[in-house]
Amino acid sequence: MNKRLPIGLAAIMLVIPCSLLVAFTHYPAIQAVINSFWNNASSRRPSRFVGIENYQALMEDDRLAQVLVNSTIYALGTVPLAISLAIGMALLVNSRLPGTTLMRLSFFMPTMLPMIAVANIWLFFYAPGIGLASQILGLFGLPSINFLGSTDTSLASMMFVAVWKEAGLFMIFYLAALQSVPTNLKDAAKLEGAGPVRVFIDVVLPLLRPTTIFVAVNALINAFRLVDHVIVMTEGGPNNSSALLLYYIYEVTFRQRDFAYGATLTVLMVVLLGILAIFQFWILNRKAHYQ
Amino acid sequence: MTQTGVSLNVQNLRKSWGQLEVLRGIDFQIEAGGFLTLLGPSGCGKSTALRLISGLDEISDGTILIDGKDVSRLAADQRNIGMVFQNYALFPHMSVADNIAYGLKVRKVPKQTRKQSVDRVADLMALDVLLDRKPAQLSGGQQQRVALARVLVSERPLVLMDEPLSNLDAKLRTEIRSEIRSLNKKLGITIVYVTHDQSEALSMSDTVVLLNAGRAEQIGTPKELYDKPATVFAAGFIGTPPMNLLRASDVTMPHELVANADTDPSDLLIGVRPESLRFPGQDMDLSVTCEVTNIEYEGSVFLVHLVSPSGSKFILSHAGENVPAQGTEITVGWDRSTTHLFSKSTGNRVPFET
Repeated sequence: MNKRLPIGLAAIMLVIPCSLLVAFTHYPAIQAVINSFWNNASSRRPSRFVGIENYQALMEDDRLAQVLVNSTIYALGTVPLAISLAIGMALLVNSRLPGTTLMRLSFFMPTMLPMIAVANIWLFFYAPGIGLASQILGLFGLPSINFLGSTDTSLASMMFVAVWKEAGLFMIFYLAALQSVPTNLKDAAKLEGAGPVRVFIDVVLPLLRPTTIFVAVNALINAFRLVDHVIVMTEGGPNNSSALLLYYIYEVTFRQRDFAYGATLTVLMVVLLGILAIFQFWILNRKAHYQ
Repeated sequence: MTQTGVSLNVQNLRKSWGQLEVLRGIDFQIEAGGFLTLLGPSGCGKSTALRLISGLDEISDGTILIDGKDVSRLAADQRNIGMVFQNYALFPHMSVADNIAYGLKVRKVPKQTRKQSVDRVADLMALDVLLDRKPAQLSGGQQQRVALARVLVSERPLVLMDEPLSNLDAKLRTEIRSEIRSLNKKLGITIVYVTHDQSEALSMSDTVVLLNAGRAEQIGTPKELYDKPATVFAAGFIGTPPMNLLRASDVTMPHELVANADTDPSDLLIGVRPESLRFPGQDMDLSVTCEVTNIEYEGSVFLVHLVSPSGSKFILSHAGENVPAQGTEITVGWDRSTTHLFSKSTGNRVPFET
């Protein structure tokens, strides 16, 4: 089995995956950076080098400012919410209550669905008057709200869908972490007089920290990466109130066909994600391990 | 730092997990300041018994009296018990000082008092230079000391220890063994100790409770267990190597020895410790002619493995010169005072007149 591969064959086998990587990842990335320094071509005039003009436009783009604010609210809102919900659900399904298998399944179900499907389901839930959300409000005698059609509620509605979809996946990570917390640590704390809440805060939560860091960074990146539900449910509206960065890039590039400005926005997003990734590695190396 | 222990009295302790009966009613008691060991092979229920006393698991039946008070239905933290766990159970994210002080912090002891108590215990356990470290930065022996310190700082009158030495190497084990024993004497705390290691049990305890399959096989002082094992199981568990058990038909012995015992000779097992066997042994009260199958060198003694004519294997612990050669036929003998008789059918000790 340990026969050496002929050097020529080895080279070919390395070039194949390498060329795929170059064609679909590196070339487009570099091209995006190049495009961001050129203006948009039209049928009458070809593309022309404009230097940092696109980046100047970026600084003055009010819509981008609004989109970045939305994205920040979206990320800062969904990440802690999804994490606390995931911990809560993990504690619930890790307990000795009856029916935990069914609970695990139902909590995990949203994660298995594609985002497009989730978005369509929630489109019905949010439908004013007849949707589930309105019916529940009706039960308490509250007036129906047009969740997706109002600038006050559209972003929050998007965030709710994202939390609903993501928390189940994070629950699985927390469940694994909870089950690896040694029982005798909890017993030791219990004997010292710590109640269940105290045991959780003093012993369990610190041991979940590596998981929390991992989940938080992934949730943060997902917050920038997932826009399917925005496209399906609100198209960023009304009045940009639910537009996120990636959705804005999609709109500029493929609706308005402004490839140059789209490339500029893409560079901005890659830089943001890169900073997040560096932050992730830095914090994982530093803080995540006790043993 | 002076503490006084409390007495512990366990009556008819039972525990079942569903259909499975782990403890089938055990009784034992221990004086204030005493050292009691629950000894037994794995799966005998010794750790379960400890968890029931601690209150971490609920008893199925029976009574637990601490200092004369019934605590059977009290929550774990109401029983005023300290516990040392097998894997130390140190909080990995807390420093040594925080680990030791944790119980005091939970009970809202003021910070100043807390620090004094921690310093005092750290001094006692030779941990003062390690207080700022995390458990992962300590050796096994140091971790064990922190676990002991955490129990001592709370000044609990009763401390339970669940195989606290099983993760340490042999040298540290003897060291911490004597440390625990001296803490027991010096501070007067009552200790209930769980182990599967009979030499640990014999060397440390005032009282040993030998458990087998959820029942107490024998309760007594280490000397009683060694000198007068109550059952075949006790004979086979105590001692390294354990007691030899031979069929009566293999043994040449005075007739009245068997006649005195009120059991059918074919039902008798003759017990004798390897260290009571003598070679050559033709002239002793009892003797067996047998073949040498193997010889192990142990330093102070040779362990000579023997096989009797009927095929029972047994061991002679030989201290002198003239080691018999492998494959030869020899006669080993012993004094009638070092003889034990057991009934094969009941497993119990058979009394006889020496």
